[in-house]
Amino acid sequence: MIEKIGIENLLILSALMFFIGVYGFLVRKNLITMLMSVELILNAVNINFVAFNRYFYPEKLQGHFFALFVIAVAATEVAVAIAIIISLYRKIRTIDVEKASEMKY
Amino acid sequence: MINDTYSFTVAIPLIVFFSFLIIGLGFGRLKPMVSGIFGTMALLAVTALSYFTAYRYFFVDGMMNGSFQKFIAYDALWMSFTDSLQVRMGVLLDPISVMMLVVISTVSLMVHIYSLEYMKHEEGFSRYYSFLSLFTFSMMGLVLSSNIFQIYIFWELVGLSSYLLIGHYYERPSAVAASKKAFIVTRFADFGFLIGILMLSGITGTFDFLKITDPGGSALTQGSAVGFMGLSVMTWSLLLVFAGAAGKSAMFPLHIWLPDAMEGPTPVSALIHAATMVVAGVYLVARLFTVYVLAAPDALITIGYIGTFTSLFAAVIACTQFDIKRVLAFSTISQIGLMMGGLGVSGYTGQEGLGYTASMFHLFTHAMFKALLFLCAGAVIHAVHTNEMTGMGGLRKYMPVTNFAFLIGCLAIAGVPPLSGFFSKDEILTAALEKDKLLFAVQYAVAGLTAFYMFRLYYSIFWNSDRQYHSKPHESPFAMLFALIFLSAASIVSGFIPFSRLVTPDLKPFDSHIHWAVAIPAIAIAAAGILIATLMYRKESGLPAKTAAAFGGLYRAAYRKFYIDEIYIFITKNVIFRYISAPLAWFDRNVVDNAMNSIAALTNLTSSRIKGLQSGQLQQYAYVMVTGVIIVVLAALYFMNA
Amino acid sequence: MNILLWLIFIPLSTVAVLIFCKDRRQYRVTSAFGMGLQLLFSAYLVFRYTEERNAGNAEPMAFMYSYRWFDAFNISFMTGIDAISLSLVVLTSIVAFTGILVSWRMEKLPKEFFISLITLAMGVFGFFITIDLFTMFLFYELAVIPMYLLIGIWGSGRKEYSAMKLTLMLMGASALLLVGILGLYVYSSPDVNILSFSIYDIASADIPLEAQRFFFPLVFVGFGVLGALFPLHTWSPDGHSSAPTAVSMLHAGVLMKMGGYGCLRVAMFLLPEAAKEMAWFFIILTTISIVYGAFGAIVQKDLKYINAYSSVSHCGLVLFAMLMMNQTAVNGSVLQMISHGLMTALFFALIGMIYERTHTRDIRFMGGLMKIMPFLGVCYMIAGFASLGLPGLSGFVAEMNVFVGAFMHTDKFHRTATIIAVASIVITAVYILRVVGTLLLGPLRDGHEFETGDARWYERWANILLIASIAAIGIAPLWLSDALIRSIQPIIQKLQ
Repeated sequence: MIEKIGIENLLILSALMFFIGVYGFLVRKNLITMLMSVELILNAVNINFVAFNRYFYPEKLQGHFFALFVIAVAATEVAVAIAIIISLYRKIRTIDVEKASEMKY
Repeated sequence: MINDTYSFTVAIPLIVFFSFLIIGLGFGRLKPMVSGIFGTMALLAVTALSYFTAYRYFFVDGMMNGSFQKFIAYDALWMSFTDSLQVRMGVLLDPISVMMLVVISTVSLMVHIYSLEYMKHEEGFSRYYSFLSLFTFSMMGLVLSSNIFQIYIFWELVGLSSYLLIGHYYERPSAVAASKKAFIVTRFADFGFLIGILMLSGITGTFDFLKITDPGGSALTQGSAVGFMGLSVMTWSLLLVFAGAAGKSAMFPLHIWLPDAMEGPTPVSALIHAATMVVAGVYLVARLFTVYVLAAPDALITIGYIGTFTSLFAAVIACTQFDIKRVLAFSTISQIGLMMGGLGVSGYTGQEGLGYTASMFHLFTHAMFKALLFLCAGAVIHAVHTNEMTGMGGLRKYMPVTNFAFLIGCLAIAGVPPLSGFFSKDEILTAALEKDKLLFAVQYAVAGLTAFYMFRLYYSIFWNSDRQYHSKPHESPFAMLFALIFLSAASIVSGFIPFSRLVTPDLKPFDSHIHWAVAIPAIAIAAAGILIATLMYRKESGLPAKTAAAFGGLYRAAYRKFYIDEIYIFITKNVIFRYISAPLAWFDRNVVDNAMNSIAALTNLTSSRIKGLQSGQLQQYAYVMVTGVIIVVLAALYFMNA
Repeated sequence: MNILLWLIFIPLSTVAVLIFCKDRRQYRVTSAFGMGLQLLFSAYLVFRYTEERNAGNAEPMAFMYSYRWFDAFNISFMTGIDAISLSLVVLTSIVAFTGILVSWRMEKLPKEFFISLITLAMGVFGFFITIDLFTMFLFYELAVIPMYLLIGIWGSGRKEYSAMKLTLMLMGASALLLVGILGLYVYSSPDVNILSFSIYDIASADIPLEAQRFFFPLVFVGFGVLGALFPLHTWSPDGHSSAPTAVSMLHAGVLMKMGGYGCLRVAMFLLPEAAKEMAWFFIILTTISIVYGAFGAIVQKDLKYINAYSSVSHCGLVLFAMLMMNQTAVNGSVLQMISHGLMTALFFALIGMIYERTHTRDIRFMGGLMKIMPFLGVCYMIAGFASLGLPGLSGFVAEMNVFVGAFMHTDKFHRTATIIAVASIVITAVYILRVVGTLLLGPLRDGHEFETGDARWYERWANILLIASIAAIGIAPLWLSDALIRSIQPIIQKLQ
């Protein structure tokens, strides 16, 4: 069944997701939205992992494992990032990324 | 030639060295008188040893096959530069070193005895005696040196002891300045000396006097090729060595330190700055005489001219000075000039060596009568507490013995027979007459001037009219008088020593007699000098002032010592301090150091310029990163395909 | 345990004990004991070394020991000692011991001070006994780092500035040095698998001339900065004047010798062809150093500045001499290192003691001190005379070896340089006598603020120890110079 769907489709999907993520990361000023953009990037990568694994090395499982691994890392990352954002908010009463420039130089 | 039977001579310097150490390290703990007596005793032992050495050398076994031998009495390796170029500490005995032993020990002993009274109430009595011992040690080491490097070592040490003793009254700024000047001027000369030694050792491959001065040896013939500016390397090296000698012996233009050195205690002036250390230069030239005369006659005659010029120059200045020690100092310079002149006109063999013999003879007699004169001057200063002859007069009534001793000294230096100065000066004049008429004429004039200024001094101190003295001048105590009497006796009899049978350049004795053709005019001009001085200074009169006015500019120039001091001060203060050192220090702080600081500043500047890149804007970083990634990817694609 | 390791172990355990000490008395007694032990031990080492040589050990290095601590790059802790390094070790232990003595009354953070000082000394000891370039470099850095703290914390005047300047310049130099050392390492063997940092392995390798040309200036300048090579000497006046007494002593007395030693042992010995080729350039620089330092000292007013410039001049002579590349001159160079180390330590010790009493170092405000502190005055004069090269003191012996050796070159270039260098003896006399004249002699300046006491017992012993060493070398130089010559010969052979 899955053979009917070419890998190109999956790759196009993941590329779109990836660049949407990058765009969001670069353009949105809200830290939470930026975090969500990062999640998009990670998931785009996950799709690629799984797709390549399934199409080229169906007898192996490394790609799946790696996707799971990334999900786990992403989850922890979110936890840490949210913690940083909350404490940042407590300090400067905003989560606008451009305002958080105290540590420059 | 090694001679073990003389090895006891090594004790001569060592005794005084230990005396220096004991008095010096016991500093402050020894009672002053104890150190004085101890030092004098040590010197007495040294004198006895020296006399014994001289007796044995000259009259028992120094002579072999009709000529005196050079003995190496002691020899130890001190330092080796290379296998052949070694510095040894040795004792070399030959006629001049043995003669110098006698001179140094005699004068030094007299000064030790004299100082027991003279310095009695001074602070730093122990220090004074320890430095006297140090000086005697260095001087003994200098004359006994068996190689030229050893002589340089002791040369520096006598310079040190001279520095320390001139600066004995170290709380007096003038004494400090004088000692500094003496050290630096002689150090400057030693710079030439050292280069000369290095060149000479480069030419001959050795420091050893026996090898360098061997008339048949190979050392003499080397280095005679024309090297630099038309003179051979040998001549250059010997001229540089002479520069050292000129510094120590106060030859023009390096004489300026000696008059100032009179800031030291008077006995020190007698010992160091009249009788012994200042003739070290003469001794050095005599020590290398074989080389000078055989390998570099140009250098030798230069020495003759410099010496004779200095002697005239100093004699003229001496006529105008009022500080009695300065008069004596200039007289010393003048007499040393004569000795150098004598060496300069000397030949090597037989009768031709008369100049050398005469020079050594004059060195000997001069040591006696100049020490005598200085010690008399010390006695006078002790009595009237001033150095200026304007503050003296009529002292013959108060100090009969000193008066008599001073008169003997004056007669001796003026060259009145039968006192010692007559004989030695006569020989120098004779030697000059045979070699160079110009030098003779100048030296002859100097003889007249000498008689004049010495008697000017004599009359101004002992005759003339009485001054207002704070306390009545008194005759000196016995210890001082003893030294005066002993030296008077030496000044009278030393002229009869047959020097030409003892000290000659080729070590072979020859006969000399008084040359009446020279002697009679010399006596005449001395008498004329004395006569003029008598007329002018015996009684207080307006004559000296009138004469001074008549000479006008010359008198003023001579009185200001021909402005040589001013030139030196200009060079040191202005040129060295203001135009070399100060700009250099400025350069160091502001250019070299600033260059380093600028590098640091540049680093700072760069970092402050590029720190703007770290804006703290997260998304800006992300833009840069993404752009970078894209560039890298594109580049990778491009190059992989290519 | 190899005998040389004690030289590291003793200071190390002294530091360890110091950490547990409680009060100032314990700190200084422990430090003095440790460094005293080190001094005795180095004397014993001299004895052992002589014994070893007399027994016929003709190896260039005695007491070799090697422990490979980093296999991948073949880096070893390799020790060995010859007369050159041994004499510098003895010098270091004398200066370190006297440095402890003169810091007897250190008030501020005494524990940290003594720990840093001894660590510094340990770095120096390690530097002199190692023959593995990498380990040598480590010890070099170990010596430089505490220097920053010592000047920055315990210094006086513009201490932060000076400390920063000194450290940065020395670090900059060590950057050059590191490149040079890595270069030597790369060329130490044609086979990439057996590269080595050991000096003797590198010495037996055939380094191509192009590589030598590139690395020689790096190494020579790298060490030369430490040896106050003109125009990279400017850290020295500032550093010395700000540093506390004991640090000035160690720094001028010992650290600057590391520069000279490194130039000789690493730059000249390992890169001989380039050394011969480029000597002329560095001879010009060092000749300038010699005269420049001396002239610079004439007009200074601060005692420490005078001494710092005089060090530039004297250390210039060290490098000048080794560039003459003959046995006599190199011998003179090593002697000059030892002699300068001793006398400059003496100078700085005395300046510190005088400063403690007069609270100024400006010679315009002092005068006639001989009257109130005769012992210190006499010591200062002796140091001065040693510095101006008076016979009977060590300076003379060293200078004469240098001059005689340098004069063996007969070409005009070397002759001219030598004559200019010899002229420095006159200039030295000028500034030394100027200081002696204004500081010690003359009428006593109105010094109601001066503390009049003469030297205390520990100050006396520090001075006496230094003066005795100076005089010992000056009066009987033969034993030392003979031992040195034997160790210098291998280096000279490479340079012939």
